[in-house]
Amino acid sequence: MNTPAIEVHGLRKSYGDKIVLDGVNLTVAAGTVTALLGPNGAGKTTTVHILSTLLRPDGGTAFVNGCDVVRDPGGVRLGIGLTGQFSAVDKLLTGEENLLLMARLRHLGAKRSKTRVAELLEQFDLVEAARKPLATYSGGMQRRLDLAMTLVATPSVIFLDEPTTGLDPRSRHTMWDIVRDLVAEGTTVLLTTQHLEEADELADRIAVLDGGRIVADGTPDELKRLLPGGHIRLRFADTAALDAASRLLDESARDSTGLALTVSSDGGVGTLRTVLDRLDAAGLEVEDLSIHTPDLDDVFFALTGKKDQSDGVDTKGTES
Amino acid sequence: MTTVTDQRLTATRISRQSHVVADSITMLRRNLLHIVRYPGLSMFTILGPVVILLLVVFVFGGTLGAGLPGVDPAGGRGAYLAYVMPGILLITIAGTASGAAITVAMDMTEGITARFRTMAISRAAVLAGHVIGNTIQAIIAVALVLGVGLLVGFRPTARPVEWLASAGLIVLIAFAVSWIGVAMGMQSKTVETASNLPLILTLLPMLGSGFVPTESMPAGLQWFAQYQPFTPFIESIRGLLLGTPLGWNPMLGIGWCVVIAVAGYAWSMAIYERKSVR
Ligand SMILES: Nc1ncnc2c1ncn2[C@@H]1O[C@H](COP(=O)(O)OP(=O)(O)O)[C@@H](O)[C@H]1O
Ligand SMILES: [Mg+2]
Repeated sequence: MNTPAIEVHGLRKSYGDKIVLDGVNLTVAAGTVTALLGPNGAGKTTTVHILSTLLRPDGGTAFVNGCDVVRDPGGVRLGIGLTGQFSAVDKLLTGEENLLLMARLRHLGAKRSKTRVAELLEQFDLVEAARKPLATYSGGMQRRLDLAMTLVATPSVIFLDEPTTGLDPRSRHTMWDIVRDLVAEGTTVLLTTQHLEEADELADRIAVLDGGRIVADGTPDELKRLLPGGHIRLRFADTAALDAASRLLDESARDSTGLALTVSSDGGVGTLRTVLDRLDAAGLEVEDLSIHTPDLDDVFFALTGKKDQSDGVDTKGTES
Repeated sequence: MTTVTDQRLTATRISRQSHVVADSITMLRRNLLHIVRYPGLSMFTILGPVVILLLVVFVFGGTLGAGLPGVDPAGGRGAYLAYVMPGILLITIAGTASGAAITVAMDMTEGITARFRTMAISRAAVLAGHVIGNTIQAIIAVALVLGVGLLVGFRPTARPVEWLASAGLIVLIAFAVSWIGVAMGMQSKTVETASNLPLILTLLPMLGSGFVPTESMPAGLQWFAQYQPFTPFIESIRGLLLGTPLGWNPMLGIGWCVVIAVAGYAWSMAIYERKSVR
């Protein structure tokens, strides 16, 4: 039997008049990584909170490991781990004490608790800081501790809500490696992110959340294919050559100031060869040629109707 | 399919029940560790009653004591110290409810509480950790305040049995009042509310027989003073430590403890689940 690790149908949630989730459908196969991608305020955290039994949905159904999040929250809780967007550590304890607390609450027994905690401290590079108060931890260290606490009992489904938001590039890559290791061990991961790059790096499937609905769902490649092909950009030495080429390739867009032509392409080699053959036959020299394939940024902004935010996404990350 | 689900559900339920005690102990350890690491709040709950004690005994005690029925005006201060001590002990317990409320209110805003709620830990265990931790704190506070009382001349006439009974009653009251403190902490949206709400509790010993006999109060207040829970608490402790007539007070006091504990338990359990994550 292949029950999906996460199965969501028509999930709805509003706060007063504000509709946050408006019929979200999502299926995550066991052992895979799905990225829930969406701009700030899209409802990613709300979705994760419903799936981890912190919030009750207004409507729809959600199953985690086959357990209904509303009717059997206890069953759900046995198999999940959540590392939220906001740190969920006990700031008055040390890193080691935090991990031991989790081990006790997961009933690992005294001996296994100790070995598991030592293991995690090692794995997450927290050995030196283990006995220090959390006030002395950097953001990256706190995040790692947070995740280590989630992993004490090796849950089968893990929710990571913006796991790398606010981290420096190095810590971000460490976090990515950790996620990859988890998946290699067979854990199902649902991670939310505002970073397209992150979704592209980690996810088997990407679900784009916008306006309370999943507006696209598929592998990164499938999503990229949603946009009609890329284009070929040809630059010429002078206006005469540009004019001639423009007449030759009638389906091209002309950029007079840049002395360039843009020819749309399906991304395959065929179009490129045809274009070059025709230019060659006419004896036209191409100064410069570049091929553009659509990236996830294009897809994301096309789907969510927001443009020119690719630079803003990173810096907005620290808001809730 | 259904049977499999049913079996797993039953298994889940059994394992959850058997863990309530273990989880309560874990949560208690966590709260005690907090107290040991950051004793500031606990010190405060002891300092308050000690200041009140010294103030009422040395500043007001001479006059107040002389006004007590059947007291020789010359020995007023000593007589008042004896009279007021049970009330001070109850104020100490009520004061720790403030500490519990603040601790709980702060804890509820912490991400760690959200984490607990995503784990298969019973809410009873989380709450019990707070309540028992606070009860222990209250007992230590009462012992210290009593110690100061003895230092400034409080001389109880109790025999060992009566000491034991007083100790038992104080544990019971501290436990019951802790539940109310925890519930108030859960109820409060902010830490400020949490520190203010339990002040009502600290007033109750003064609006009972803690500082002056209820007979000396105006009719309406007197009626309230006679029927509120802190009066039987105070009268029981007074009777046990100093040999004044006990009457039905111990029974009434124990009854009130049960009522208060059950109410606080139901109240905080109800809020814990409803409480939003942020
Ligand atoms: N407790 C709440 N009360 C009112 N509105 C809320 C609450 N929690 C979230 N929201 C609103 O719901 C929307 C979605 O929030 P959230 O799920 O946190 O988005 P994301 O995690 O994708 O940034 C936001 O507009 C937010 O303001
Ligand atoms: Mg969020």
